Parts: sequence; C-alpha cells; structure tokens
Amino acid sequence: MTEILNIAHLNIALKKEPTRLLVKDVAFQLSAGKTTCIVGESGSGKSLTALTVMGLLSQQLLATGQVLFNGVDLTTLNNKEMQSIRGAQIGMIFQEPMTSLNPVLTVGYQIGEVLSAHKGLKGETLALKVGQLLTQVGISADRANSYPDELSGGQRQRVMVAMSIACEPALLIADEPTTALDVTVQAQILTLLDELKNRMQMAMLFITHDFGVVSDIADDVIVMFRGEIVEAGSKEQVLGNPQHPYTKALLDCVPDVAGKKTLKPIDYAWLNQNKVAG
Amino acid sequence: MMIASNNMILEAKHLVKEYKQRSGRFGLGETVIKALDDVSISLKKGSTLAVVGESGSGKSTLARCLLQLHPFNSGEVLFHGQSLGKLDTAALRHARKNLQMVFQDPFASLNPRMRIGDIVGEGLLVHDLGNANERLKKVQEMLERVGLKPEDVSKYPHQFSGGQRQRIGIARALVLEPEVVVCDEPVSALDVSVQAQILLLLKRLQAEMQLSYVFITHDLRVVRHIADEIVVMNKGKIVEQGEVNTIYQSPQQSYTRDLLKAIPGQQ
Repeated sequence: MTEILNIAHLNIALKKEPTRLLVKDVAFQLSAGKTTCIVGESGSGKSLTALTVMGLLSQQLLATGQVLFNGVDLTTLNNKEMQSIRGAQIGMIFQEPMTSLNPVLTVGYQIGEVLSAHKGLKGETLALKVGQLLTQVGISADRANSYPDELSGGQRQRVMVAMSIACEPALLIADEPTTALDVTVQAQILTLLDELKNRMQMAMLFITHDFGVVSDIADDVIVMFRGEIVEAGSKEQVLGNPQHPYTKALLDCVPDVAGKKTLKPIDYAWLNQNKVAG
Repeated sequence: MMIASNNMILEAKHLVKEYKQRSGRFGLGETVIKALDDVSISLKKGSTLAVVGESGSGKSTLARCLLQLHPFNSGEVLFHGQSLGKLDTAALRHARKNLQMVFQDPFASLNPRMRIGDIVGEGLLVHDLGNANERLKKVQEMLERVGLKPEDVSKYPHQFSGGQRQRIGIARALVLEPEVVVCDEPVSALDVSVQAQILLLLKRLQAEMQLSYVFITHDLRVVRHIADEIVVMNKGKIVEQGEVNTIYQSPQQSYTRDLLKAIPGQQ
C-alpha cells in the first residue's frame, strides 16, 4: 500500500500560549485508496489537524512536528510552495457549500479556476474538462453557467467535490462535508465520494462527528479527545470492539435506528478522575 | 386516523400556508409555494409527536403555525379543543403560557445582552406571575432542574457552551410550566455526547412535568429514541403518520422508505 501522508509528533498551540497544547503528539498514516475518519466532539482538535495538513492553520497558531506528504514535509514549505500543492495534490471539501463558493461567479468558472491555476488549461480544453467534471459528480454539464444560488445544497456540495478532485489529488480532505445536508442527499454524496476515492485511488481524510457516517464510509477510524488520539484502528475494531473508555462512552451516546439502546451521556467527571486524557 | 378528540391536547386541522415568491424575468411573475398543504396532526396528552422531513418539507413552518407565530391561510389549531385563531390578543397570550417553544440554534435564540435570569424569567414577567423575589426563586429552581446552577442567573449567554445554552433555552420554555412544548430541532446543532444529555433531560422533564412534545427533526435516529408517534412530511404534505415502531418496521410510502434507507450506519 502506498503511504500518502505520515504525521508524527504533531503539536499545535496558540503562539501566545505555547505551553497549552490544543493538539498533542498526534501521529497517523494515510494510504492510497483508503478512507480514514477522524471522530471527536467539538474542540477535540480534529479540524485543527486537518487544517495543518492543508497549510491553512490560523496565523495565531503554531504547529510543530512532521507532516510528510509524499515524502515532503509540509511544515517546512513556504506559502508559495504550499499553494502549488493545495488544490492540486491535496483536495479539500468543507462543511458549508454555500459559504465555500463565491456567489457572484458561475460554478463553471470556479471549477475552471482550479484547472487554470494548477494545470494551465484554457479555452475549449478548459470548458470541456469542466463539463466532464460536472458530469462525473452527477450534474449535467450545462449547469456550468449556473450561479451557486441556482443550485440546491446537495448540488453545491457536488460542485465542491468537482473542484476538489479537478486535479486528481492524491489526498482528499473532507471536513464534515455532509453535516449541513439532508439525509437522502448525504447518502448520495457519501456514495459519490466513495466511488471517486476508489476510482482515483485517493487517500481520504474524513472528519465527522457522526458515527453512522463513519460506519458507512471509513476503512480506519481515529478517535480524538481533548487534542489527543485516544484510539485508532480499523473500523471493525474501533466501532465493534472499542478499547478506550472514551470511545466506549462516545459510542454509548449515539442513538441507534432500532431505538433499542439506552442512551448514556459521557461521564466527564469519571474520565477526569481516571485521567484518561487531556 | 382520528382518535377520540378528548385526550388530544393540541390538534391542527387542514392547515394551509402559502408563500408567494417572485419569479420569472425581473421578478414580475409570482409563484405560489405551498409550505403547508392540508396538514392535520394531533398530539396526545403526555406523548411526543415527531415531525420528520427534509429541508423545505414544511416542518418548521408547521411548528410556527401551531404556536400562532406565523399567520396561515386556512385551517385551525385547537388547544384543548378550543381554536386558537378565534382568541383575542389577551386570551392568546394567556394560552401561550401553556404553549412554549425550544429553538434549534442555542447561539441565536438567546439575547446576548440579557442575563440568564432575565432570559429565563421574562415569561414570568410577561405573564405577571409573582413578585421579583418569587420570580427569581422560580428561575433558580428551573435552572437547577435543567442541570445548571442557581448562581448562573447573573451570567450572560456567551459564558456557556452550546449544550448549556440549550439547557437555558429549555429552562426558558419550561419555567411557565406549559402543557405543550414545541421543540424545533433542539439537538441538531449539538455534539452527540451533548445530544444524548439533552434528549435524556427532555425525557426526564416530560415525565416530571407531564409535558406533551411536538418534536421537529430531520434525524430519524433521534426520533426512534424520543417519539411515540411520527408524522413524515414532504413538500408541505403529510406523507405518512402513525405509531413510531409501526412506521419504522413497515413504512407504507416510498418516500418514508427512502428516508429510512438513507440513515447512515445501518449495515
């Protein structure tokens, strides 16, 4: 299996307060053709980790450690070098498709921008490729002339997917890409992402707090709590036979479709007492 | 399905709500959108009725029409068999004491400039219940009941987490000891761990205070845990309704089946 990303000893802290770590000694690897889900509550550090890989961490934060992407340490790159990788070799999809798209430009133009910036495509070839990408994500090619507000939420997220895969990236980072969508649309987008990942043999880093989504899409699962990875392993291991008390507690909170389970909120006092993390 | 009306605490009959939207070139045309198209529901005393649907299905419009927060074109809402539309302003205000709402976004639904004590106590003030001391005592009791501290009355909303704010929203709705609470997506903005806490809190309070809930949600996993009956809406119409287990086990309509099939994490 080809290793695409290798993160080791990743620490993230506020520059002003370098001793208080927001992300603590995080390490994991991603391989081509595999989907890894990071799950955790808000504030667990899952989005910060993803932002570091994309080189989009806020200026007020400082990341140290190693983020090897295809052998290159991303933390050593300057802005310009990072820009040539971001969008081309690393694709990104965010939660809110409406705020990620520019409302005054057609979606075709916005998809085309990625291709002209990274591949230098223009004119006919560009238009053709944009059409192909739209078709690939299940939107008819003539919607290239539509503006974001003329599309539904699901279609907008499909446009974001088209943009993110335009340059056939080796790594696709999806930060809660379906959280804002209806369940039926969510199911469609998840299937689409899974198909594209298999066809293009991308490594996919999928951030979510929904265990249902995890069990549908993940190969591997990483559980984060208060900035640390508390458990990692294959989906079957982590969901089927969780070892860490936090993972168990988190799974006890998830309502099941059958309605048979008794919901149990996390006992943070117990976790604190037993110093499980943080 | 019409069951004897007497144990129905809240009923909606043939609600129709239309929006007019400008369309066509320069917005000269007009399209009528039916947000509610002949919607009838009934809520049994002490039970939870979940209204489920995707965005644009009309479920939030229904919530607002039930509480007379939105005018509607035709139909009526009956509370204890009495039509709310026929009440005058004063009588409607009195009825509203018994009809409260919990909103989705705990960040947007609390006034950032008001202290928690004033937010939760405002209803008591409006309904002129008790003097300042009695009101304060009531607010503090309610805060404890939802898992907050009595001294939180002097704090501001930004000092609380999302889950705590939702508890404040619940305290505000329940301090008037209402009979019916309409919850519009009360847990969809929360983490699963917090979601579980709030769901259990709502269930406990329902038992303690004999509340009847209308629970608006798009999450069919949550529905199974909280609801007794369910109404499935699509494009302003009721597609299917009935007892929760029956609908989950043998959905009759293809739309309901699609919705159930789309729930993630079932294999």
